[in-house]
Amino acid sequence: MHQRQDDSSGPRRQFITFRSGAQEFGADIMAIREIRGWTETTPLPHAPDYVRGVINLRGVVLPVVDLKARLGLGLTQANPKHVIVVVQAADRTIGLLVDAVSDILTVTAGDIQPTPELAREAQSEFVEGIAVLSERLVTILGMDRLVGSLVGEAKAA
Amino acid sequence: MEAIRQTYFQECEELLLAMEEGLLALENGADGETINAVFRAVHSIKGSGGAFGFEALVRFAHGFETVMDQLRAGQLEAGGDVTALLLRAGDLLADHVAAARDGGAAPEDGEVSAALAALAGAEGGDEDFAPADFEGLDFVPLQIVVEDAPPAPTPMQGWRIRFAPHAALYANASEPALLLRALRGLGDLTVAADVSTLPALEALSPQAAYFAWDMTLAGDIPRAAVEEVFDFVTGQCDLDIAPLTFLLVAPPEADAPQIVPLAQVAPPAEKAPEKPDRKDGESRQTIRVDLDKVDRLVNLVGELVITQAMLSQRVAECKIPRASSVGNGLAELEHLLRELQDSVMAIRTQPVKSVFQRMPRLVRELAAQTAKKVHLVLEGEATEVDKTVIERLGEPLTHMIRNAVDHGLESPEERRAAGKSEEGTVTLSAEHRGGRIVIEVADDGRGIDRARVRQKAVERGLIPAGATLSDEETDNLIFMPGFSTAKEVSNISGRGVGMDVVRRNIVDLGGRIVIGNSPSQGSRFSLTLPLTLAVLDGMVVAIGGQTFVLPLTHIVESLKPRAADIQAFGRGRNLLNVRGAYVPLVMTGEILNVPDARPPSDGVVILVESQGTGRLALAVDAILGQRQVVIKSFEDNYRHIGGIAAATILGDGRVALILDVDGIVARCRDRIADLNDLQPTGT
Repeated sequence: MHQRQDDSSGPRRQFITFRSGAQEFGADIMAIREIRGWTETTPLPHAPDYVRGVINLRGVVLPVVDLKARLGLGLTQANPKHVIVVVQAADRTIGLLVDAVSDILTVTAGDIQPTPELAREAQSEFVEGIAVLSERLVTILGMDRLVGSLVGEAKAA
Repeated sequence: MEAIRQTYFQECEELLLAMEEGLLALENGADGETINAVFRAVHSIKGSGGAFGFEALVRFAHGFETVMDQLRAGQLEAGGDVTALLLRAGDLLADHVAAARDGGAAPEDGEVSAALAALAGAEGGDEDFAPADFEGLDFVPLQIVVEDAPPAPTPMQGWRIRFAPHAALYANASEPALLLRALRGLGDLTVAADVSTLPALEALSPQAAYFAWDMTLAGDIPRAAVEEVFDFVTGQCDLDIAPLTFLLVAPPEADAPQIVPLAQVAPPAEKAPEKPDRKDGESRQTIRVDLDKVDRLVNLVGELVITQAMLSQRVAECKIPRASSVGNGLAELEHLLRELQDSVMAIRTQPVKSVFQRMPRLVRELAAQTAKKVHLVLEGEATEVDKTVIERLGEPLTHMIRNAVDHGLESPEERRAAGKSEEGTVTLSAEHRGGRIVIEVADDGRGIDRARVRQKAVERGLIPAGATLSDEETDNLIFMPGFSTAKEVSNISGRGVGMDVVRRNIVDLGGRIVIGNSPSQGSRFSLTLPLTLAVLDGMVVAIGGQTFVLPLTHIVESLKPRAADIQAFGRGRNLLNVRGAYVPLVMTGEILNVPDARPPSDGVVILVESQGTGRLALAVDAILGQRQVVIKSFEDNYRHIGGIAAATILGDGRVALILDVDGIVARCRDRIADLNDLQPTGT
């Protein structure tokens, strides 16, 4: 893992980055509780397809959300190499199914650009912005919004 | 401030219970300790209430306290009318506390206040008291401390103690006055406060500690006993304990005012003798613990049990014999864990007393309203059950007691005519039976009038006029929604919400309710409840390769249907012939969106009892076994799912969902409504 130091002004934030499909995403490190390997889930009836079910996380029943499917990019074919990122946000704890965790990223607020207007629709409402590094582009996800959306739909469903 | 308020009301609740208990004991004869206990309770409620400015409460409590004080002093005799008045006063004081807590209007206490004042006579009236008095305390008890132990002019045994608390002692919420009182419990204590380090007001820091106390404790007391008093404040004070060998010099006159600061920090000082004097071993030590902490402990232990089960399974897979040292170790571990789990569960339990104690008041009020004579017998108050169960028992029990007094018991005239004593008896009892708690409400009244119940049910269209019902079935009609047998709607019980609500409450708790009815002899309602809501007994079933748990309380029976027993009925509906009776057959797999569920003719059906719709059959693939499961909510992290009550973790560490029978019924209805599109069905 490498640390990217940036000396431009503004408070520093740290993100955990992970791959899902062909993209790289980042989530604020403060929202991440732990990272664990994929285990078979218990499906929940009447749940949307991106809710893969629940797992037992040391006695807590944890819903697992397929990030790729949540962003409308199709279901992840999960195998033991996949990773569940345990996220605590919006007063809830959920698991986020991703392909792999790649990095810890330290950037300043100035490094994060707003989502380009055209790209907005595809990336839906969970994107806080994008961090452009020398060779890659990391989509920063707002965990509060992502986790919160799970609750909001409860009323609609 | 809010936190202090809450503490006050918590204490009030305990004090009110103690008071009620004492007052009830007074009914059966007064002894000094009981009167004292009641006095202390009322006094404490008043005292602390004053600090919060609850004027109406303090004013009422003062009148009450005055009477108790006179009882204590022997100026008044307890018994008969006096006790009845005190009981009413106790009820009103509880109302006052409730009003102060919820910010509601103070209850109307004029009549009782006047009666109390009349009882107390002139003495009660001339005492000048200020409701807003900051401490609401009189200083008399502390004066006693001084007078009690005039320094004896003879050489004596004992200890000279200098106790100088540090600021840390106060920061840890220790209370010097309590320590001093504990010391006084050991022997004759003389206290002199040393206020020499007290600075002028402007230099005074509220965080600092200034007082010290010089004490002489007379009597043959082991040093260890003295030290024990200061056990909890070791390191937070300067403590000097020296044997008392020489003639004590009387403290100078100036000491008297110095004792006053102690009085200001002291809650009612009479409390001190309470502990040593307590009878029946009730002085067990308790601590207050945040319920969340206990729940966390319960969860962790549950997790430990699961991990242990997984470990055992792995070991068995490795073909390690049970008799090996590893096998023995695991067996030992399992045993210890089970014990640990039981102990942890026991932390959450409370005696049912806290609910039962509300009932005497209810019965008194009901008796007054209905002009009946009622004697309430409480049995098994010490029976312990999980706190969450206790919290939800109050309402159904209140309802059942109301029913027993209002409907069950006859008027004194009727009772006499029937050859019974005028006073009816209602018995409320609790006991442990086979891992569950059984609570019974029994009365010796007229019993359930089956003919009238039947007539009513027919009138209300609950049953067809010609229906043949067994006695038991007739009795159970009172649980039907909208059934109320009261001839006139009284404001006591007949409000349309009746026994059906009681039953729903009990079923929600995972319990059952059974009626024992013998006309003209009385009726008996038995509630069977689980000891805790944290676990439930469930049937583990498989549906389409997935595992689910069905609460055992809902299950009537299970059977293997023949294809011929299943009849299609309307669109998307099936009926199952169970020995001649047709019940709706629910394809559980379809309702839960589980693919690959077996057709019912190839699986098992489980007959369950649901609220509202009665029996129905759930089709599942297979029954895997029966076990006790720990209930885990997933709604905290996700959301409610219709048809699913909660989740649990099975022995292999995987999550299984616990089915909610009523939720499944609701899902079925929606589904049928969808299928029938614009023609919703009647059922």
